[in-house]
Amino acid sequence: MALIHIWISLVGLVVILYVMLDGFTLGVGLLFPGAKDEEERNLMMNTIAPVWDANQTWIVFGGGALFAVFPLIYTVLFSALYIPLLTFLFGLIFRGVAFEFRATSNRKVQWNRAFFWGSLVATFAQGLTLGAYISGIRTVNNRFAGGAFDWFTPFSVTVGAALIAGYILLGSTYLIIKTEGEIQRRAYRQATWAAWIVAGFMLLVSAWTPSVDPAIVERWFSHPRVQFIWFFPVMGSAAFLFLLVSLKRRYEIYPFVASLSLFLSAYLGLEAAIYPMAIPPHMTIYEAAAQTETMIFTLWGVGIVLPVVLGYTIYSYSVFRGKVTAEEGYH
Amino acid sequence: MDVVTLSRIQFGLTTAFHILFPTLTIGLAIFLVVIEFLWLKTRKEIYYRMYRFWVRIFAINFAVGVVSGITLEFQFGTNFALFSEAVANVIAPLMAYEGMTAFFLEAGFLGIMLFGWNRVSPAIHFFSTCMVAAGASLSAFWIMAANAWMHTPAGFELVDGRFMVTSYWDAIFNPAFPTHLAHMLMASYETSAFAVAGISAWYLLKGEKVPFFRRSLALALIMAAVCAPLQVLIGDLRGLNVAEYQPAKLAAMEAHWETNPEGRGADFVAFAIPDMEEEKNHFEVVIPELLSLLITHSADGQIKGLKEFPRDERPNALVLFWTFRAMVAVGFLYLLVMLWALVLFLKKRLYDTPAFLKTLIVIQPLGFIATIMGWITSEMGRQPWTVYGLMRTADSASPIAAGNVVWSLTLFVLFFGLIGASFFYYIFKTLKKGPDMDSEIPPVQLLAGMEPFGEAQESMEVK
Ligand code: HDD
Ligand code: HEM
Ligand code: HEM
Repeated sequence: MALIHIWISLVGLVVILYVMLDGFTLGVGLLFPGAKDEEERNLMMNTIAPVWDANQTWIVFGGGALFAVFPLIYTVLFSALYIPLLTFLFGLIFRGVAFEFRATSNRKVQWNRAFFWGSLVATFAQGLTLGAYISGIRTVNNRFAGGAFDWFTPFSVTVGAALIAGYILLGSTYLIIKTEGEIQRRAYRQATWAAWIVAGFMLLVSAWTPSVDPAIVERWFSHPRVQFIWFFPVMGSAAFLFLLVSLKRRYEIYPFVASLSLFLSAYLGLEAAIYPMAIPPHMTIYEAAAQTETMIFTLWGVGIVLPVVLGYTIYSYSVFRGKVTAEEGYH
Repeated sequence: MDVVTLSRIQFGLTTAFHILFPTLTIGLAIFLVVIEFLWLKTRKEIYYRMYRFWVRIFAINFAVGVVSGITLEFQFGTNFALFSEAVANVIAPLMAYEGMTAFFLEAGFLGIMLFGWNRVSPAIHFFSTCMVAAGASLSAFWIMAANAWMHTPAGFELVDGRFMVTSYWDAIFNPAFPTHLAHMLMASYETSAFAVAGISAWYLLKGEKVPFFRRSLALALIMAAVCAPLQVLIGDLRGLNVAEYQPAKLAAMEAHWETNPEGRGADFVAFAIPDMEEEKNHFEVVIPELLSLLITHSADGQIKGLKEFPRDERPNALVLFWTFRAMVAVGFLYLLVMLWALVLFLKKRLYDTPAFLKTLIVIQPLGFIATIMGWITSEMGRQPWTVYGLMRTADSASPIAAGNVVWSLTLFVLFFGLIGASFFYYIFKTLKKGPDMDSEIPPVQLLAGMEPFGEAQESMEVK
């Protein structure tokens, strides 16, 4: 039991790390059409070029870990969400190759497009996936038993749109840290309107969620969750206000921190609504969990290796800290 | 077509596409480690230039490898849900470990390797290159363990149709694993060495940047000379392992239908068109008793024929016979070319024998072809099983509508076609542009007193 809880927290941690890290990377891609010229685009690309691959690796590890410790989530969810998940991957393919291909190319237009559309498709499809997951999946005997388009609902499309706004917020606040001059000024503007849209979507989705899965309300107000459930909206509101203030005052680091906090509050609120479901509405994490030996074996790896990974990830960020300049071109 | 067939086609195509890129990543990374080591040791500018040139190829290749690999990891769940559900306890942790120990290592240090020249010390840069190379080979370790387990499952018990682990040690170090891994790693090193050699030969033949590409060719040939004989040796071991644990696969690879009678060795089929329906070979050319000699190392050792296995448990002999021979042909061809290289080396004519250089150019793609052929032999030889002898491919697919897979398969073909074509285009473009011989070396990379640039031509005169 304790093992299952440790693991659901770890998987949760990996997912939110992915969302935050690749979120700002995808966000920079979403902002690509806003750049004025090739030089600006080079600069924007250089802010993420050294780190995008490592950021994306969190979803690779997340997939592997989910497969290992909650195999039923992996198999049921992935067959149910076949189309949005593969669409997400198709987006990632174009986003990923655009870095190197664009750098080598003379006609950069096509790879600029591939970069933007790849980011957009990947983001939207991720949102669809999340929306469909919250809405629940038809299972019989712990196997997917729904149709190919069950995931396609107004709710999931809304979540997809919300995630686009969310990643734009992360991307623009990240650009504020890494750039100066015109790009940075634009990023402040973009972040400000993105912040309002994100706040709007968060209200909308929060109000809508209970009607998508009525059990959620029940879980929210059950003991002991009712004791601390209020914390997440409060944290979200505080993060939002802090975000507006820090944007207004032209702080450089805080807007990004505030945006991350905003994401975190929404994520934790959602987790609190779904736990202990592995796949709403019926499958619990206890049913979805792997054999105990597998959980222990994999936990050893996480305990020993993941701290090292975090260590060199932080080191790598520190190597590339500071503003990106035009001279520091592609390798 | 049904979901199973479509999913198999999709998975086969996408893995075949993927494997081309890691093959080069794994080998080229080692090559880069050697070059950077020489740069740090000798401080000859040519090695710095060499690194910067070959790392461009590496980077483009790496990006395609990563994006194609991610799709594979997800396909286990999307397309083979029932298989994944059954084997998750055994295979999935290996993939989680691959993520933790290999992919993070590669991705985490890749940034420094590609973009860190101005920002870190030479030692840290070298360390990063080593970590990327280690990550690449480690990645092969885990994924080959998972794959080998599907061929020779071990360390588990079956409970209600699910594979429950009893020993991870046994599961990872299953009987096929050591040779499977060694053969794959060697394939990567060998293929990459011949790729670098072919490119360098092309430049030498054109007479461009001669000192630069002589040095590249020399290093590549050393690597190839070590790998070529080793690969034939390991391939032999791999074959013996298949004979022991997957006799149906071996019989299909050798188009060997009838078990040879006591006291008489099995013939080796040199040429044939195996016919699965009629259970025999057309246009057969055989070498008497050789097969027994090869497999059992005795003239009359017994080898089970394909007819010993029920019809619905036989892999396709027509495919296996030819893919296997294609791979082995490449292995021996590479070995011969290295013998030729040895002769030329002794005569000190290695760099100025046009016929030799032309050969290197022509045979350079063969390593990739042999790799694909080997994989088809290996994977189709496992059929009709996903877990050999225990779980059928027919029972492995996801409970989804076939239309899903038609859709994704179409897009995969389209997108991978596009990405593959672009890949070649940009690789050729990078090659055409050639090495950059005059941009300044970042000051942090220089020893006190070294000139930032201008030495290139001079130091290249050596040799
Ligand atoms: C440069 C690539 C290359 C070359 C030159 C060779 N191979 Fe190979 N071979 C591979 C690349 C490869 C591979 C792609 O790495 C495979 C597929 C799966 C595996 O483990 O290795 C493989 C599989 C494979 C198998 C099937 C293993 C299985 O079913 O799992 C056998 C029996 C051999 N090889 C034997 C040989 C022999 C006797 C060779 C030389 C004379 C040889 N290979 C050259
Ligand atoms: C990277 C090189 C690889 C290539 C080129 C390759 C090729 C193939 C091919 C051609 C098939 C279809 C077989 C058939 O339909 O008869 C297949 C199936 C499959 N392979 Fe591989 N494979 C590779 C690596 C792997 C690895 C490393 C794993 C596991 C970790 C794996 C697992 C599978 C599975 C699950 C299937 C589907 C079920 C089946 O058809 O047997 N493959 N592969
Ligand atoms: C079905 C089998 C396979 C799966 C599921 C798979 C999965 C993946 C994934 C998810 C990535 C991207 C990792 C990242 O984000 O950094 C990747 C890249 C890579 N894979 Fe595979 N892989 C398979 C087969 C293989 C095989 C057979 C090898 C080598 C023997 C291999 C070696 C690598 C390497 C070295 C990389 C790093 C990127 C590159 O080299 O281009 N993979 N793979």
